[in-house]
Amino acid sequence: MSGSVAAVAKPSVVRPSLAVWKFASCDGCQLTLLDCEDELLALAETVHIAYFLEATSTVVDGPYDVSLVEGSITTEEDRERIVRVREQSRILVTVGACATAGGIQALRNLADIEEFRPRAPRIWTEERARNERATREDRASGARGPCERTRAQEFLRVVYARPEYVSALGTSTPISAHVRVDYELRGCPIDRRQLLDLLSALLAGRRPAIPAYSVCEECKLRGTTCVLVARGAPCLGPVTQAGCGAICPVYDRGCFGCFGPMPGANTAALEPVLLARGMTDVDIERVYRTFNAATSTFDTAAGRSHEPPQ
Amino acid sequence: MIPSDTAQGLAHRPWAVFFVCPDRRGSEGSIGRGRPALRIALVIDDADRDRPNGVKIMSALLRSLEPLVTTLRAEGCTVVGPRERDGAIVLDAIDSAAQLPSGWGVQTGPGVYRLRRRADRAVFGHSAGPQAWKRFLHPPRERLWSADRGVDGTLTITGPDEEPPRYAFLGVRACDLRAIAIQDRVLGASPSYAARRRAAFLVAVNCTEPSATCFCVSAGAGPDVEAVETRPDRAPADWALADLALTELAEPGDAEPLYVATALSPAGGRILARLPQTPAPPDVVAAARAAVGAATDHMGRSLPDVDLREMLAASLDSPHWADVAARCLTCANCTMVCPTCFCTSVTDTTDLSGDHAERWQTWASCFEVDFSYLHGGSVRTSARSRYRQWLTHKLGTWRDQFGESGCVGCGRCIAWCPAGIDITAEVRALTSQGAER
Repeated sequence: MSGSVAAVAKPSVVRPSLAVWKFASCDGCQLTLLDCEDELLALAETVHIAYFLEATSTVVDGPYDVSLVEGSITTEEDRERIVRVREQSRILVTVGACATAGGIQALRNLADIEEFRPRAPRIWTEERARNERATREDRASGARGPCERTRAQEFLRVVYARPEYVSALGTSTPISAHVRVDYELRGCPIDRRQLLDLLSALLAGRRPAIPAYSVCEECKLRGTTCVLVARGAPCLGPVTQAGCGAICPVYDRGCFGCFGPMPGANTAALEPVLLARGMTDVDIERVYRTFNAATSTFDTAAGRSHEPPQ
Repeated sequence: MIPSDTAQGLAHRPWAVFFVCPDRRGSEGSIGRGRPALRIALVIDDADRDRPNGVKIMSALLRSLEPLVTTLRAEGCTVVGPRERDGAIVLDAIDSAAQLPSGWGVQTGPGVYRLRRRADRAVFGHSAGPQAWKRFLHPPRERLWSADRGVDGTLTITGPDEEPPRYAFLGVRACDLRAIAIQDRVLGASPSYAARRRAAFLVAVNCTEPSATCFCVSAGAGPDVEAVETRPDRAPADWALADLALTELAEPGDAEPLYVATALSPAGGRILARLPQTPAPPDVVAAARAAVGAATDHMGRSLPDVDLREMLAASLDSPHWADVAARCLTCANCTMVCPTCFCTSVTDTTDLSGDHAERWQTWASCFEVDFSYLHGGSVRTSARSRYRQWLTHKLGTWRDQFGESGCVGCGRCIAWCPAGIDITAEVRALTSQGAER
């Protein structure tokens, strides 16, 4: 089948404007856009890149047709800034696990940032006990100093020269907790092809292809042999949303869930599967406490590993 | 040259039509150099009239599969067969019989698949691999059409590839042959499927070693290729189900297994005639039959011997669905590895310029939340409803839809389910719960 049909003129419209915003994040997802080397020129011809500080310091005022938002909300200022971004954006797309789930920095949600008192058992319990033991020993020896600081101060001091200047919220939250989000691209980082498909879809006025099924399906579509069944490798593929092209199993390792839970993910059913493949309950907590730790599905899965067996 | 015993046998059957298969390219001499070059006799007699194509070919003994691979490649076929890769026996293109998984076997169980070394050099001594032949006949992704807009605005629509690939499948087990027959019925009207299917040459292999997850006997789909090939309920099609049948006989210590070969179609007869061979001695044929017969008794699993369609129709409200749903990951692995699951979804893509669009058909699964998305949301939101949909369709309503069961007992859904859900155990539980009610 091949043939010509009536001529359809390409609609001549003003180039839509694109803005790329950064909140608390590592810039990796913005870099994914810059990484589209073969398509960047076509993109620049098709859209007007109006705000993208990672690429250009030239800034065009809004409103914008499409805003890509990277990063999570971790400060009072950002809470207000995202509202202004939303007001200026016709379509707002969150890109990456920080923006869609709060990111790795949402681990702070599990602790009191001032006291840094562990709420999650296991992972920090030993460390905390060690720290408290050191504190008691230091006190007994009459010492003063670092050991008496709260752990938050310790952490802040390790990273920042003047920790007292740091003003952060006690939580890291996804953009959707603050404003309406039109589409979200999962992943740490996002998948380049998904980003291009999304932009192409928005330009063409069609629905972007953002599958809600598991990573397992992508393995099967590609013909990648299941690492969990054939090698006994622990893998979060069965509970993780597709979109990455099953990149980790392709490289012969289990999925670590950076695209976050798929809708209806049954982590309770995966737990005995992971335990049978050599994970301990601490391993299971850790594997769920990464880039999507703050999603309720993975948070529940991480916490469940400490419940006594029914 | 005609084997004398065959000629003698024919002397007592004056009604038999007898002819020697023509050698299409005259290459027989080169293939059979140094070996007795035998041609094979096609015999049509009264007993053979029941067969779909009215053709029967005597059993031949092959000492190597290399001439078969060479001949099929010379015919322009892409030969696809089992290969050892990434800790599994996968299906992929081969250009030599040396690439077949010689001496590899498997160990399977619920959620478990491991390669193991065999004592012999069998190349077909494995089952329930991660892929089925549908990967080639009903590919995971298929472009239905593409459209290009020229500078003057003219749209050019291009359909799927005109030339379907010509596959030769090497090593199709009875269960998988049955699965192909089932997909023939479901997808046979699709021009692209029919084109690939019609062009395909199938070398079936009798199963002599089922695994722990196999239950083809209770599913009515094996292990004997001929029993599947001659099933009366096969969908009418203008292609043969299989072309050649092999039975592999491997003994520890043998450098290469022996193969008892039988042609199942005229095309199979023509290919077989070009291979170096000897007539299969009666004791070897008997040994091959015995090995297939023994496989019948070594199924690792079975489906309960009840009318599954009726049982499932009466079990829609069974509490057991919630029980299996608690274990089901809804990851869709079972449907992806199932050799008969055929569902697809259609996705449109465009490029940044908006001047190029494509429509793709992709495998889909009833375990996806979006699979049942209608106006306003998904119909089957719970794992319970999705597992129930899959199982009742596979074993029950498939009969209403297509007049046969959708399960061939290959065991892939058991082995490749990460949670190790066993379809035979679930059906058994539903059956016994139904009996109690």
